[in-house]
Amino acid sequence: MNTTMKNPSRRRFLQTSAAVGGGLTLAMYLPGGVKVAHADGESYSPNAWVRIAPDNTVTILVARSEMGQGVYTAMPQLVAEELDVDFSKIRIEAAPPAEVYINALLGGQLTGGSTSVRDAWEKLRIAGASARMMLEGAAAQKWGVAADQCKGSNGMVSGPDGKSASYGELAEAASKMAVPKDVPLKKPEQWKIVGKSVPRLDLPAKVNGSAEFGIDVTLPGMAYASVAMSPVIDGKVASFNADKAKAMPGVQAIVQYSRGVAVVADSFWQAKQARDALDITWDEGAKAGLNMDGIWGGLRASAKEPGVTYRKEGDAEAAIKGAAKVLDLEYETCFQSHSPMEAMNAVADVRADSATIIAPNQFQQLIPVVVAGVTGLKPEQVEVKTTYLGGGFGRRVEVDYTVDAAEISKAVGKPVKMVWTREDDMTHDSYRPATHNRVQAALDADGKLLAWKFAITGPSISSRLFPSIVKDGLDPFAVEAAENYPYDVPNILLTYRIHDTGVTPGYWRSVSHSLNCFVAESAMDEIARAVNKDPLEYRMSLLGKHPRYQRILAMAADKAGWGKSGGEGKAMGVAVMEGYGTYLAQISEVSVENGKPRVHRVINVIDCGMMVNPAIVRAQVESSVMYGLTAAIKGEITVDKGRIQQNNFDSYPMLRMNEMPKCETYLVQSSEKPGGVGEPVVGLIPPSVANALHTLTGKRIRKLPILSV
Amino acid sequence: MDMTVNGKSVSVDAAPDTPLLWVLRDTLGMTGTKFGCGKALCGACTVHLNGEPVRSCSTPVSAAAGAKVTTIEGLSAGGSLHAVQKAWIQEQVPQCGYCQSGQIMSAVALLSKAKDPTDAQIDDAMSGNICRCGTYQQIRAAIHRAAKMMA
Repeated sequence: MNTTMKNPSRRRFLQTSAAVGGGLTLAMYLPGGVKVAHADGESYSPNAWVRIAPDNTVTILVARSEMGQGVYTAMPQLVAEELDVDFSKIRIEAAPPAEVYINALLGGQLTGGSTSVRDAWEKLRIAGASARMMLEGAAAQKWGVAADQCKGSNGMVSGPDGKSASYGELAEAASKMAVPKDVPLKKPEQWKIVGKSVPRLDLPAKVNGSAEFGIDVTLPGMAYASVAMSPVIDGKVASFNADKAKAMPGVQAIVQYSRGVAVVADSFWQAKQARDALDITWDEGAKAGLNMDGIWGGLRASAKEPGVTYRKEGDAEAAIKGAAKVLDLEYETCFQSHSPMEAMNAVADVRADSATIIAPNQFQQLIPVVVAGVTGLKPEQVEVKTTYLGGGFGRRVEVDYTVDAAEISKAVGKPVKMVWTREDDMTHDSYRPATHNRVQAALDADGKLLAWKFAITGPSISSRLFPSIVKDGLDPFAVEAAENYPYDVPNILLTYRIHDTGVTPGYWRSVSHSLNCFVAESAMDEIARAVNKDPLEYRMSLLGKHPRYQRILAMAADKAGWGKSGGEGKAMGVAVMEGYGTYLAQISEVSVENGKPRVHRVINVIDCGMMVNPAIVRAQVESSVMYGLTAAIKGEITVDKGRIQQNNFDSYPMLRMNEMPKCETYLVQSSEKPGGVGEPVVGLIPPSVANALHTLTGKRIRKLPILSV
Repeated sequence: MDMTVNGKSVSVDAAPDTPLLWVLRDTLGMTGTKFGCGKALCGACTVHLNGEPVRSCSTPVSAAAGAKVTTIEGLSAGGSLHAVQKAWIQEQVPQCGYCQSGQIMSAVALLSKAKDPTDAQIDDAMSGNICRCGTYQQIRAAIHRAAKMMA
């Protein structure tokens, strides 16, 4: 069962409107006029994804942002397979915003939701095959033979009588051929590139310092900006004195912009020094009194009010009333920051009649719209270039920092690179929400699970960013890993209640999977314990309708050695989840050291359907374990007096190499359609660790993070 | 202020308390060394100062006066990759890649002292370098591989 992909409101969630930054709602702009398939004088384009130069250089345009997840390799693999070229010689280039590049699963040119490969799976193979057919057609025309006598392979088209021509020789003529309508694709057994762990195309540049991230971009005549933003959430500048800062070395200008005060200088360090010397009085606004006691009090009070029903099967309320035993369990999750290694930054060059924005971003299509909004330009006058992203994790779906840089560039009349410090970044993030959750599980006298009721109370991220997809109080991004509760229970009720905590909520890697899987899978363990069953066997007994779940769970048990002791002072915990069309089972082995959880081994079994690049799938599984484990056991974001209290890696620590568990990842061979892999594993680690800690200590964890045991 | 950066003598005009990181990036245009935290907490800015790994975000440029600085760009001078860089590609270590210059510089420094480091030595030398993509397992494998290549 996969209700996620069946949800039309989520799939098309950008089509009607988008809200950004200040809450402004804008009609979505689709820059349909941007030319992407073009002959640039040096190379020729059969379509928007492929350029072929006379010297046989093949460039594949990638319309998703490379933030570590491997799209600059996996997406070209799909094109190259059908185009039939030497993959190691492919050049890659970031695609500009254009309608042709819209992610059909999200309705915008956006990288997120673990959708890149799922969206590209057929589309890019067709693009590659179509380009190859046009090259074959051009060769047929040149040689005066039928097209079916010409075959493109490994960068050459060969024809009858030993005729052959390189793709480069044929590119110009091919670009003028009609785009074929009927495009047959190779069968999986014919694949040479898809399904293979080919080396990533972006790595050579990432080991010698030459990969260009947003922070590395320079433009002629560019100045550097450091900014002062309100320490209180949503605060504004009341007044400021820049006399001291103005006199400091290298300072070119000091300007107020929507979100604060910017110092523009000859170098970043000079700009930052002068920024630190600004004397600013803040209008702290409505959130000046915000603190954790108030936030938790508000969430818990709100949770007593009824939510909106998201899923209902049978009559859970009645079953609970009539049950022999009811487990009534409350769980809470905490705020987390995205904190990618590259703090937010953007280069903007805003002129009277045009603007260029160069930035690491996950949503290139939104940037022209929002930059137009603050510059007075038209969206089509705004050019966007996407660099490598030093991590994204959902933070760069929001493009507030590009708007800031544009405002500052416009104010000073020159190109500006705005760079946030780590402190700026961590305190001006949008955060994984804190939520309150209540699970009621009804059991009959024989221990049979009769009803499962899950009530979620928390902020609605989509209400802030994409309000059009929130209908009747239901945010589809708040009920992931709950709406698809897989267990065989006759009565199910899932409700959701929006409660704004005052802390800006954001899409954080795996979004609500990382919240709801903790609740659902911790509760499942508690239910199993309550009926004196082994937690893994109990799950298996309730998954009879889901062979994909049963297969991965059995495999995880086998690989982990479930039921066998991992050694004194160690215990195992299990969790399962489906997210983004991918099925996952995870077993963690933990101990307690100095009162803190220590995770030794994490066994992951992943069934994500057909894979483009198994090595990248494996890397994403392990990446998600580390990212999820950091959030589960290392720290949290808290608020006092309206201020985010953590601002760097001392107060908000990260998992380091000496703390990493040994990750074992097992990939299930499957002919199912591809699932997403960049995010879902993040959701499993909190419950698998919490469940292991319960087995070890007898103590049940009902609140994240797990800082001490 | 004079110093040697990747084997070349350079003269820079910067306030003595300017962090070496920003001199490398903004003054000398060598952007391979990354800004991560500004407080020597994450290791993204790691370079070698007279062969020792330092966090350039928290090292004043005055400390580099007359010294030899090696950055990621200097590792593959002459076009051929350092064994650590080769191992990084063979183990397919980087994901987003942002922290990897610092990781590689820390690993090179480790291998200059420990020819065949144990996991514990690797943890000890590398735990100052944060990777948000979680490439630690591959980093450890790549260091072992590089050690074999350099033996």
